[in-house]
This record gives sequence, structure tokens and C-alpha cells, in this order.
Amino acid sequence: MSTPTRTQSTEQRPPALNVEAIRADFPILQRRVHGLPLVYLDNAATSQKPRSVLDALTRYYEQTNANVHRGVHTLSEEATAQYEAARAKVASFIGSCCPKEIIWTRNASEAMNLLAQSWGRANLRRGDRVLLTEMEHHSNIVPWQILSAELGFEIAYLRVADDGTLILDDLPRLLDGRTKLFSFTYMSNVLGTINPVVELTRAAHRAGALVHLDACQAVPHMPVNVTELDIDFMSFSGHKMLGPTGIGALWGRRELLNVMPPWMGGGDMIREVHLSGFKPSELPWKFEAGTPAIAQAIGLGAAVDYLERTGMAAIHQAERELIAYAMERLATVEGLRILGPAADQRGGLVSFVLGDIHPHDIAAVLDNLGIAIRAGHHCAQPLHERYRIPASARASFYLYNTREEVDLLVKALHKVVEIFNF
Amino acid sequence: MDLYAEEILDHYKHPRHFGHLDHPTVTFHDRNPLCGDEITLELQIVDDKVADVAFTGHGCAISRAAASMMSEEIIGKSLDELKRWNKDNILDLLGIEVGPVRIKCALLPLKALKAAVWGMGEEDE
Repeated sequence: MSTPTRTQSTEQRPPALNVEAIRADFPILQRRVHGLPLVYLDNAATSQKPRSVLDALTRYYEQTNANVHRGVHTLSEEATAQYEAARAKVASFIGSCCPKEIIWTRNASEAMNLLAQSWGRANLRRGDRVLLTEMEHHSNIVPWQILSAELGFEIAYLRVADDGTLILDDLPRLLDGRTKLFSFTYMSNVLGTINPVVELTRAAHRAGALVHLDACQAVPHMPVNVTELDIDFMSFSGHKMLGPTGIGALWGRRELLNVMPPWMGGGDMIREVHLSGFKPSELPWKFEAGTPAIAQAIGLGAAVDYLERTGMAAIHQAERELIAYAMERLATVEGLRILGPAADQRGGLVSFVLGDIHPHDIAAVLDNLGIAIRAGHHCAQPLHERYRIPASARASFYLYNTREEVDLLVKALHKVVEIFNF
Repeated sequence: MDLYAEEILDHYKHPRHFGHLDHPTVTFHDRNPLCGDEITLELQIVDDKVADVAFTGHGCAISRAAASMMSEEIIGKSLDELKRWNKDNILDLLGIEVGPVRIKCALLPLKALKAAVWGMGEEDE
């Protein structure tokens, strides 16, 4: 398997995206909502799917459908080959040495639960510490809280400054040798902040802690190479990167995964079973009990093909330009306050509050104008508590979004102010 | 834009019975953590009837309008009657179609009211 090189040099300017051609690949972008063209700005929740991914799902069910790793008939062999080829594509896409480092899960939440229940249960005890940050998604908080209640280790949180960046000054105190794992997000799903992964990872490793990266908002949007980042574990989901729902992955360094105990028992994860006990299978199947999401994995493989054809550096560059434009335009809306850092420190999403207007009301008015945004706490309640706001509105972009759509968003927000202003 | 009919916006911008009672018989606080809506409902009960009502809190236009309209409606009603209220009473007051996601906003005031009239003095928090 070849590992494509993805240089992250900023001097090399990637080619501009042909957004018009990209939009034509996404059937759903043709639909209308409340009689108006759909403006889909909820990509941090889930992305839309290109025709090639939808075709891969249909083709699989029409021509191949069979269970994997079991039958010796043609269909089963073809299904197994396609399913494992998708694993290889994903491994290569994130710069992993080998497909067996990719553990399929239902989604990123399940990946983080796997890490907690397998690695965490085997390695954490009273007196230990797991370090998280205040900007984590609930998926990277609750699995540790569940386990901590049982095992008695401590959870600490690296604080977030008012500008939406992590307060790095606290790191030496929190990485004092008791911390066994530092688990943090590459990019905040609320603030948009892109965290300094290399710097944080170096600090953790110097203190003897392992690093888990929640890369749900990063892998779909920018070049991510686990080898260059030198991290130990990484979770991400397929549906946010043009793939189907129901498929995600935990990546881990194979020497760590090899010694981790299984977490779910059942078919496919065993080498042999006797009435007296079992022997687990080898990587990656050791962690994959039961019939997996075969079509979804194959669909995710097609999504990776699409992203690689388009170019991750080009996607990232396009989103950076779009978010800079969006933040500039949003500043013209009276009473609008943006959460998080300046455009050059963030990815392609922006959360905001608008005077006293409840985000649900903002989202409902926008929906009437065909514009889909997210309103609520975006599965990051502690972060909203830290900013003392009950909820926020969020617009999140992807490769098919345009400046015209940003203009429609801003125009609609002026309308919101008009409706609700006292 | 049915959801934001004139009457709803009027109740949102000028909520009736917003504030506190001097001597509430029962106070009930409830919240919808999913959207951050919060309401504190105070009732003054005389002879098993609602003599006065006040509410505070914050929330979206739908939940605040529902609280305001409900407050106007329940004065003079008996506790027995209010115990029989259901979501249709609130939706009739609002007079709009509320979808499956926003229904929680619309019904938060009713939830607080039901807890107040059934619990009579017992706080849940």
C-alpha cells in the first residue's frame, strides 16, 4: 500500500476549488426548502454526500451484498475485499502505516468509548489523571466520566481563554507525571479553534502521557497525518467527511492496540471459542464484534477517493478564505457576537450569539429562508457554561459552500434582527 | 413565517405577568437543558383557584410566548381543571403548527404549571 505524501507547507498554494463543478456532484444541493434553494451550513453536524458515495452504496447492495470474513462464496469474497480495501484507503488517507491500525466503529463517539473501555480500563487507576480541555465535545468527556466513577481516577480540564484558545500556561502543572492520557480536540466544533496539536503532543509525551486526538472536525477539512503529528490515538467519523452515517474509526499505534484487551464480545472478534473461554482475534478485528457496517465502510472509501481527488490542501485553503469572508460580513450584523478566535486561527465554522435573540429563533427564521444552521449547545454544554451563554447559533462550511451563500446568511440575519428587535 | 405570527411576537416582546409575586403560594422552576430555556412559575392560590401568576426566565420566542399566553389564561381556573390540561390547551393558545423539535419549547411552561399544581409547594431542584 502506498502512502501518499501530503505536505502541509503553507508556501505552496493549492489550486483553487472548482466549486460549481463540486456542487453538481451533490444531488441534495438541487433541492429546495420552503420554496427556496437549500443553503446547507450545518456541515459540522454532518456533511452532504456526493453521487459517487451514493453510487458506491447502491452498487454494493445491488451487486455484492454478503457478509464479510465468513463465506467462501464469490459474493462474500468480493464484499470482504471491498470492505478491507476501504480500510486501507482510510489508513492511507490519515498517514497511518497500515490498515490494521484502523478500527471501524459506528461513529467517533463509539471510537472514544472503545478507547476508554479498553485502554482506559486496563491502564487507569486511582491517583491517575486524564487531561481533557474545556472545549471538548460531550463524546470526549462522558466516556471518561463514566469510567472515572468506576475506577476513581481524576479528570482535569485545560481551560479556554476568552478568545477561544487554550491556556497553555497551565500545561506544565497539569502534565506532572500523574496524567496518563491527554485527550483533546484538533478543532473545536463550537469555537472553530484549531489547536496546536504538535506542541500539545510534545508536552504530553515529555510528561509520559499518551495523546488521543478527537479529529472529527479536522479529518474532513484539512490534511491530517497521524505519523507527522506523532499522536497515539485518533477518533473521527465518516458522515462528517462525505461518507454515510454508521461508520467511524479509532486509529491507534499498532503496538498500543496490540496489547489492549477486547471491549465487545461476539462474532468476528475471536480466534477461537470454547466453553471454557476464548482467544481474541488479531488486529483490527479484535475490536470489531458482530457483522460490521459493510456498505457504510465501502461508502466511506468512496468518500475518501472523492476527497483525495479534490485535494485536502485545496479544501482547507478554500474554507479558510470562506471563513475569513464570512467573519468580515457577519461583523456587519447589529448585535452579533462571534465566539472564538480570529479567522486565521480557526477552521471553516463560526458560532455566534445575536443580542438576546434565542438561537432557536434565529435558526427557525433562517430555515424559512432555506438556510440550515445549527442552534443549541452543539454537544458542548460545559463550553457554553464557561462563556455563560445557554446556547449559540453555528454556521459551518464545507467544500461546496460559496460566498453567495454567506451573503444569503448575512441578509437573513439582518431579517432576524428586524423581526425580533424590540 | 407562521411560527412568528404577530401575536406570538407581541407576547414575546411584551410578556404578560412577567416578574414576581409578593406572596406566591407555590413556585416551580423548570428548564430544558437541551436549548437552555428556563422558567420559574409562581402561583397564588386562593380557594383552590389561581388568583395570580407570574413567571421569569429566558427562552426562545415560542417558549416565552407560550408562558405569557398561558399566564393570562389560567387566572381564575381551578386546580382540578388545570390538572386536566394537556398540550392541546397550549397549542390552541399559540394557534400555530409546532414541529417535533420546537414542541419542547412550547410545552415547557405547561410542564412547570403541571408540576406546580400537582406538587403544590414541592420544588424539584
